[in-house]
Amino acid sequence: MAQWIEACGKDDIDEEDVMRFDHGGKTYAIYRSPDDKFYATDGLCTHEKIHLADGLVMDNIIECPKHNGRFDYRTGEAKGAPVCINLKTYPVKVDGGKVLIDVG
Amino acid sequence: MTNGMVIVGGGMAGARAIVNLRASGYEGAITLVGEETLLPYDRPPLSKAMITDEQEPQPAWLLDESMLVSLNATVLRGVRAKSIDRASKTLHLEDGVSLSYEKLLIATGAKPRRLTLPGGELGYTLRDYADGDHLRNRIRNSAAVAIIGGGFIGLEVAASARKLGAAVTLIEAQPRILMRGVPQDIADVVHARHEAAGVAMQVGTGLSAIEIDGVVLADGRKIKADIVIAGIGATPQTALAEQAGLAVDNGITCDATLRTADADIFAAGDCCSFPHQLFGHKRMRLEAWRNATDQANVATENMLGGSKSYIAVPWFWSDQHDLSLQIAGVPGDGVETVRRQLSDQAFIIFHRDASGRLVGASGIGPGNSIARDVKLAEMLIAKSAAPASAALADASVGLKSLLKG
Repeated sequence: MAQWIEACGKDDIDEEDVMRFDHGGKTYAIYRSPDDKFYATDGLCTHEKIHLADGLVMDNIIECPKHNGRFDYRTGEAKGAPVCINLKTYPVKVDGGKVLIDVG
Repeated sequence: MTNGMVIVGGGMAGARAIVNLRASGYEGAITLVGEETLLPYDRPPLSKAMITDEQEPQPAWLLDESMLVSLNATVLRGVRAKSIDRASKTLHLEDGVSLSYEKLLIATGAKPRRLTLPGGELGYTLRDYADGDHLRNRIRNSAAVAIIGGGFIGLEVAASARKLGAAVTLIEAQPRILMRGVPQDIADVVHARHEAAGVAMQVGTGLSAIEIDGVVLADGRKIKADIVIAGIGATPQTALAEQAGLAVDNGITCDATLRTADADIFAAGDCCSFPHQLFGHKRMRLEAWRNATDQANVATENMLGGSKSYIAVPWFWSDQHDLSLQIAGVPGDGVETVRRQLSDQAFIIFHRDASGRLVGASGIGPGNSIARDVKLAEMLIAKSAAPASAALADASVGLKSLLKG
């Protein structure tokens, strides 16, 4: 069942950047792509549970700050060593100036 | 019948080589020979989580039995490669087995240097899982720990031992810790953090002997310790290559494609010496996790007929207490430094050469606070960029904008 939660304001994240969002004991990463779309994934790298929000966003890729595991944040797809497990993604919608994610 | 692609060494480079040979479409036989009795595992935790975690540790496997089945690769564990017969392209193992290879990858890594002073044999070193397991148990049963060497291994183990509550003394003969490749400003932060954590830092202090109950300093003082651990560097494992008549120059001499003078023999990881095109073709040997990974990727691609040069920017990290340090490039090539303060406790030192080119970046801060900017610096270094000092120093100027500018 959909459960939309307000994660942040639209302007809280720069284009081609990422921000951490904690909710209900879980941590998420919210992304704003270079073409100004918003995405959300689990906040921790599937390799060693590092916060991805400390990582670098380049185009559609988030790179883990620790061991350079890379994911396509739009699909969660792992893009090679050392990560092999995909990231879970969450639906996102922008309502007015707010970014909402469906954690349901 | 050949054993196909044969890999000597079961560390990160060896494990990665298996994976990348398959990922590159190679369908023939793959055989890895490793001295350790364990399947390949990740080494970074050995100096940190392996020692400090409350629960009984497990190796962080890089490959397990089921992965090896799906990769259709054979791993021969607990056996040393004895010699290479290059004429017949045969690798002879100590247990009498011989493997014929199409291409051979030497990824034998490095071994810790041992203390040579009187009693040096009493010092422990850290390289493999068995070492880590031993240190874990010994440190937990020690009231006092002496660590010889203010390099990354020594400092990480010092932080882990303090976390477990042991009294820790770290002894470094050089005038400061991290003399090799780390700028003074960052070494100072690390030094202060260790002192704040209660490590007794004896820097600029020589040793005269190791004894069963501690160490004797050059000035005659005795530091009591229940265990002495040496982190004084590592020596590349080149004997196999040397025996086969291959050149060695602080590591097995390879060209930029990681091939030795023998067209069928390659090297990767800690044992490999190669010329780096980004840094004036200077010959280097890197002891780092990512280098082992990346070199294995390049070497295997070239074993399959490629001609790719290894040009990745050197990069490594070290975690101590709550601090993480990352270094990209070759700071030692710089003649000028520029400091960018990211926050109270986090900063990056950029290293520029005489022409203004960015050649290195050294960062330190809590958690992963410097990771993103060091990564961007690494990309700038890879592009041979020469950003203005003022832009590098100004934390309000995004490094990403310099990269795209």
